[in-house]
Amino acid sequence: MIHIKDLHKSYKMGKNSLHVLKGINFNVEAGELVAIMGSSGSGKSTLLNILGMLDEADEGSYELDGVPIENLNETKAAQYRNKFLGFIFQSFNLINYKSALENVALPLYYQGVGRKERADKALMYLEQVGLKEWATHLPSELSGGQKQRVAIARAMAAEPKVLLADEPTGALDSKTSYEVMDLIQKINDQGNTILVVTHEPDIAEMCKRVVVLKDGVILEDKKVNQVRADQYVQ
Amino acid sequence: MFSRDTWNEIFDTIRKNKLRTFLSGFTVALGILIFIILFGFGNGLKNQFNEFFSDDSTNIIFLYPGKTSKPYKGFKSDRFIEFKNDDLSDIEENFSEFLEYVTPRISRGGNVKYKNESNNYSTRGVAPSHMFAERTIIMKGRYINEKDIEEKSKVIVIGRLVEKDLFKGTDPLGAYVDIAGSAFKVVGVFQDEGGDNEERSIYMPFTTRQLIERNNDLIDMMVVAFKPEIGYAGAMAFQKSLVDFLKNKKNIHPRDTNAMFVRNVADQYKQNQQFATILQIIIAFISIGTLIAGIIGISNIMVFVVKERTKELGIRKALGATPKQVISTILFESIFITTISGFVGLIIGIAVLNFTGEALKEFFIKNPYVDMGVSVAATIVLIIFGGIAGYVPAKRAANIKPIVALRDE
Repeated sequence: MIHIKDLHKSYKMGKNSLHVLKGINFNVEAGELVAIMGSSGSGKSTLLNILGMLDEADEGSYELDGVPIENLNETKAAQYRNKFLGFIFQSFNLINYKSALENVALPLYYQGVGRKERADKALMYLEQVGLKEWATHLPSELSGGQKQRVAIARAMAAEPKVLLADEPTGALDSKTSYEVMDLIQKINDQGNTILVVTHEPDIAEMCKRVVVLKDGVILEDKKVNQVRADQYVQ
Repeated sequence: MFSRDTWNEIFDTIRKNKLRTFLSGFTVALGILIFIILFGFGNGLKNQFNEFFSDDSTNIIFLYPGKTSKPYKGFKSDRFIEFKNDDLSDIEENFSEFLEYVTPRISRGGNVKYKNESNNYSTRGVAPSHMFAERTIIMKGRYINEKDIEEKSKVIVIGRLVEKDLFKGTDPLGAYVDIAGSAFKVVGVFQDEGGDNEERSIYMPFTTRQLIERNNDLIDMMVVAFKPEIGYAGAMAFQKSLVDFLKNKKNIHPRDTNAMFVRNVADQYKQNQQFATILQIIIAFISIGTLIAGIIGISNIMVFVVKERTKELGIRKALGATPKQVISTILFESIFITTISGFVGLIIGIAVLNFTGEALKEFFIKNPYVDMGVSVAATIVLIIFGGIAGYVPAKRAANIKPIVALRDE
């Protein structure tokens, strides 16, 4: 699904340049659930930004579902993001004046899906995350865990090839974190490819594979025995 | 781009952000409203101004006799000059190519009685062409005619307010009124744009007035009208040769400035027009200033709106909105709000002007109005600038990387 070869990225800071990614080689197959770990400054966010087409690499190649991702302008990047990627953010990033349903339907709007179909689909995904009854509520009326579940439903709605989650549990307590991870595991069980950036070891254990980054290189890349989150839920 | 879905999305945003919508709409509506009211009042001021000075014809020279201040050709100084009937015919003979008409005016006061009503009015002995000089409008009956002049008939034309005072609604035509002891027949009623004083006066044949005053041939003053086509320069030249002619005839020193007084309406009119033009420039300046203030206001709000929405735009971009979609969302929203509120301001402004109407006449504002073309143009200018004001920050926001926009907490 994702093929990355010899990826380099550096940022210019005045006269000095900061070499953040120093040659990353990394493949993800369809249906994997990968945790990307590392301390701050390890380059994990930069890697996720490049994967999410929010940033471009200086060197190396990136292929997503057989499509080489290169020479992106903003319009092209937006179209690829819409088609290939679903984002889950630490701070949820729901639009605060839109209801849960409208938030979930938004990526479909940008895909050009009709109004009626949009609402149906969005409701279906809300049901999947267990928030069908909350469809008409505004984000301000939802708890943190519910907001993240709406955000997950929104990421799913566009039916992306890959879900990218940037610290999805970073703003949640551990009980809610496990509920969210349970949901992510279940989505993964359906065959979706998911990448989770985290610095919490217990969250990483709940994935199927852990990639540890340090100082811009991959320190460790191992399969793990997945810890199911549902045992912690209720 | 203009699909129903796009508009639904825009309406949705407008509906759910009422304060923001209200603020930007209010700025635009207020800008247009003030522009229209100022412009309308300015026009009203100009109307009133024009009315003050457009009472009389503009191709007129008034000639008043004075007293000589220089001895000349054996005549001593301090001699009173008098105009006589033969002056009228001499002017008509010698200046026929420039002249439209010439009329005397003999002004007197007098107690006027009708039945139990009496009052003091000014009376004017005039010739028929005086009607054109004063732009007198006949409401009932007729004006003084040539036959009246020849026969020295005791007929009068009374002002609208004289009729109102003396006749109390009864028909004045054919009635006889008493002026300083003689009976005059009312043949007409007139009105005059020149105001109440004009409408409190009475016209009679100048020959009748002379007959009453021991059958003399003196006239107080002369009103000389030149052909308008000779233009401003022609009028000035005509005035000079006319004065020279009269000075020569009446043995007045050529440089004696006190023997005769001249008031040329064309000269005054020109000055007044210049003043009116300056007034108009000042009004235009203030109005455009208001419009610019409106544009700056809406620009400020648009910058703020985009700033406030940076995060939302970042989210939209992460979900797959292209820069073009982001820009068009903001742009259409701002154009929609400015258009609606611009026309709301326009309608309120015009309504206010209509409602004001003549109510501010005391403050020299008469019939304030705004040209529809001007007001619509002003509204469109504001809409266009509102659009530009939205476009610039929207374009910048659309090009921010989503990750930067999202980081902005």
